[in-house]
Amino acid sequence: MENRRTMSDHILEMRGISKSFPGVKALSDVTFSVERGEIHCLVGENGAGKSTLMKVLSGVYPHGDFKGDIVLDGEARRFRHIADSEKAGIAIIYQELALVPEMSVYENIFLGHEIRKGSLVDWNDTIHQSVALMKRVRLNADPSTKIKDLGVGKQQLVEIAKALSRNVKLLILDEPTAALNEDDCDNLLEILRELKAEGVTSIMISHKLKEVIRIADTVTVLRDGRTICTLDARKGEVSEPVLIKHMVGREIDNVFPPRAKQPSEEIVLEVEGWNAWNRALGRQVLKDVAFKVRRGEIVGFAGLMGSGRTELARSLFGNPDDYRLEGRVSVEGKERGFKSPADAIDAGIAYASEDRKRNGLVLIQDVKQNVTLANLRAISKGGVVDSNAEVKVAEDYRKALNIKTPSIDQKVLNLSGGNQQKVSVAKWLFVKPKVLVLDEPTRGIDVGAKYEIYTIMNRLVEEGMSIIMISSELPEVLGMSDRVYVVSGGRVTGELPIAQASQERIMELATS
Amino acid sequence: MILNDLRKALRQNIRDYTMYFLLFLIMAVFTAMTRGLFMSSRNIANLMNQTGYIAVLAVGMTLVIVIRHIDLSVGYLAGFIGAATAIAMTRWGMPGWATIPFALALGAAAGLVTGFLVARLGIPAFVATLAGWLIYRGLLLMVTMKTGTIIIPDAFFNAIGNGYIPDIMPAETAFLPGLHKLTLLIGLVAIVLFSFSQLRARKSKQGYGFEVLPLPVFVIKLAFMAFVIGYITWIFAGYNGMSWTAVIVIVVVVIFHFVTTKTVLGRHIYAVGGNPEAAELSGISVKKITFTVFAAMGALSGLAGVLYASRLQSATTKAGEMFEMDAITAAYIGGVSAAGGVGRIAGSLVGAIVYMSLTSGMNLLSVDISLQYIVRGAVLAAAVIFDVQTRKRRG
Ligand SMILES: Nc1ncnc2c1ncn2[C@@H]1O[C@H](COP(=O)(O)OP(=O)(O)OP(=O)(O)O)[C@@H](O)[C@H]1O
Ligand SMILES: [Mg+2]
Repeated sequence: MENRRTMSDHILEMRGISKSFPGVKALSDVTFSVERGEIHCLVGENGAGKSTLMKVLSGVYPHGDFKGDIVLDGEARRFRHIADSEKAGIAIIYQELALVPEMSVYENIFLGHEIRKGSLVDWNDTIHQSVALMKRVRLNADPSTKIKDLGVGKQQLVEIAKALSRNVKLLILDEPTAALNEDDCDNLLEILRELKAEGVTSIMISHKLKEVIRIADTVTVLRDGRTICTLDARKGEVSEPVLIKHMVGREIDNVFPPRAKQPSEEIVLEVEGWNAWNRALGRQVLKDVAFKVRRGEIVGFAGLMGSGRTELARSLFGNPDDYRLEGRVSVEGKERGFKSPADAIDAGIAYASEDRKRNGLVLIQDVKQNVTLANLRAISKGGVVDSNAEVKVAEDYRKALNIKTPSIDQKVLNLSGGNQQKVSVAKWLFVKPKVLVLDEPTRGIDVGAKYEIYTIMNRLVEEGMSIIMISSELPEVLGMSDRVYVVSGGRVTGELPIAQASQERIMELATS
Repeated sequence: MILNDLRKALRQNIRDYTMYFLLFLIMAVFTAMTRGLFMSSRNIANLMNQTGYIAVLAVGMTLVIVIRHIDLSVGYLAGFIGAATAIAMTRWGMPGWATIPFALALGAAAGLVTGFLVARLGIPAFVATLAGWLIYRGLLLMVTMKTGTIIIPDAFFNAIGNGYIPDIMPAETAFLPGLHKLTLLIGLVAIVLFSFSQLRARKSKQGYGFEVLPLPVFVIKLAFMAFVIGYITWIFAGYNGMSWTAVIVIVVVVIFHFVTTKTVLGRHIYAVGGNPEAAELSGISVKKITFTVFAAMGALSGLAGVLYASRLQSATTKAGEMFEMDAITAAYIGGVSAAGGVGRIAGSLVGAIVYMSLTSGMNLLSVDISLQYIVRGAVLAAAVIFDVQTRKRRG
């Protein structure tokens, strides 16, 4: 095998890459080679070093900031900025998209390398070329649409079009499908295949092993900052159990842990006739929603991206978006009205948001400050925070959720994506609510950690908490819920006991 | 070995130490250039009294900038409240001691108005406080129009900006002649308290198995801080002792330092600054925090107005001019970040002292005012550039 590698045509070889941060050895002696024209997937647990490796490659960490060599197209390269690697034909698309929301699609595609006529921008040619690129990535939209009016799936496509406009040779995608629904995922993978046919090489980081298996020619597994192995899918070396074993270092045979206790009959949360209007857009976002949650129950909310599930959760959770609301909410049989998230938290409702960076975490603060933020009262006396108690709480959650960080004094900014998500979950666990709303709780989380989060969810409901799980991953909804509501176009289009729920049935309701 | 540890500790807290280093550098340069005059007890005492109102404003401004706002109105608000206290004393016969709560309350009320505009009506703080800047300037002119400068005859009031704390023994005893004993005693107590709190914090950290400074480095740090406190009190004691202004500034800094670092309110303020949306979703009322911070800023503006009027023993038509810019500059030199969520009270105090030392030193050397502005601007730019660079390297 070693022999075959050296003989074939490599577009990229990274050798002996090591990179440290204070207190963390993120990469140690990593070797990573990519053949020309293949789709190469990079997998590994949260904090394994995947994003760091790609940042090394793209010049985010400049030459000299790490050890090792990068050979691109047979030529040793020393990138000092991202601009250097872009010039060499590398384009990286981060999970947090780098688009300007207030600008149009075509402005974004050519942002930073505008087409000029003399010293002016040639808008006609820009639009003309944008339309061609949009066709290539199968983006059906008016090129003058503003980015903020597109869904995440389409925004992702704009990012790819942007990369293509720069004549990319090596396209890197860091968890591109984490925030996409199934249709958008399929579409994206199809486009990667088409690009491959056109000769573009892609590197894709993903925690969704099913899609890795579908798309990858080659898979490299990283663990604890080391290359564990490189597997060739064309030789049938790649399968889910094999990947999991290499990633976690042990076998996980049960993806969804079993639960001992059944939910009780007592209703904890009941919502009736719930309507919401977005004042700014003058549009109704929720229509006559009604649902119930029992004590000790996990209720899944399935639906497509943009179906209104997040709007529902936020409108119930103290309405921070200031929708005009109508309807009744009762908690433990008592009718309640929440003026702010603080009220909702007081009544025992917690909401862990889907977009942790934007509204889940205070990135510049450390792990312990984030974990305790929503419930400082519990660790303070007379308004003064007991810092020892705080440390203890944060340590407990770090252990319980296995948050990978050199210490709880580390800024959350410096954690890997998945570990940030765990911090955000820990924050809400510490509030000890009656009803915990988890919006896409396992987005960007590796298989091992998913299992941990599922286990914790089970433990919590066994202790009498109720969980509302909003998720776009159907296997997760089916594997964890007691009951499933399907949301589409701001309405609940169906309620399914878990015994009657299936992927087909849910998709049917979700698209109705 | 020790040197290595020392280097590591320095590198990790480079921003904090640079400010002290900057201060030390400025003092050393001016002392050399004025042949010791700069570090004379008399000059330092004056310097501290001049720094008072800027330091107080910088403390409030730090919080305002931490929550991603700005307050341009504080200068003329301070000037106006100074004039209001002068009028209260001369016309309505308000006793001198009552002016402090009066000024604090008036300032807090003005701050709440700003808070209302910013938090409730959603007007950008820059615009809302620019309006305040104009309005308070007008009010100041209005109340001083008839009389012009109002001379304040109240002895108690004037002592706030010019007086010194009494001594426990007459100065001319055989024991430490010529030195202010109470000031020395306060310095001693401060050193003991500081060492104790540092030791306790270290112990508690070790109890949790956290990384602490290696013992030799810790001792060096402690000794250094003790020396600094000791030296400052020694200088103070050499003149008239500690001034009332210094006492007020210390009280304000200690209170705000405590609130920001140890309390739930402080945590909430920094969380709002770090990510307002996340804070709101965590059950923190961003509005309430905004009101609180602007009210505190207003109250401190009132206090600054009293300090300034008392220092001049009068209320003038130009009181408060440019104070807001001085306060903002001091806060930025002290390390607050315009991106929000970062900035320490102690830092802003040192920033204020650095800034006023520059002014005072250049005045002693009779540097032309035009050049003074340029130097101050350069120091501000240098401090912020340094900040951005160190943060980038670590981030
Ligand atoms: N700027 C930084 N400062 C300090 N530590 C960092 C920094 N960036 C990453 N790390 C650490 O390096 C390790 C690797 O992080 P990286 O982001 O590469 O993980 P990842 O494999 O992409 O994980 P995920 O799947 O969760 O996104 C982690 O332990 C992380 O905490
Ligand atoms: Mg990552």
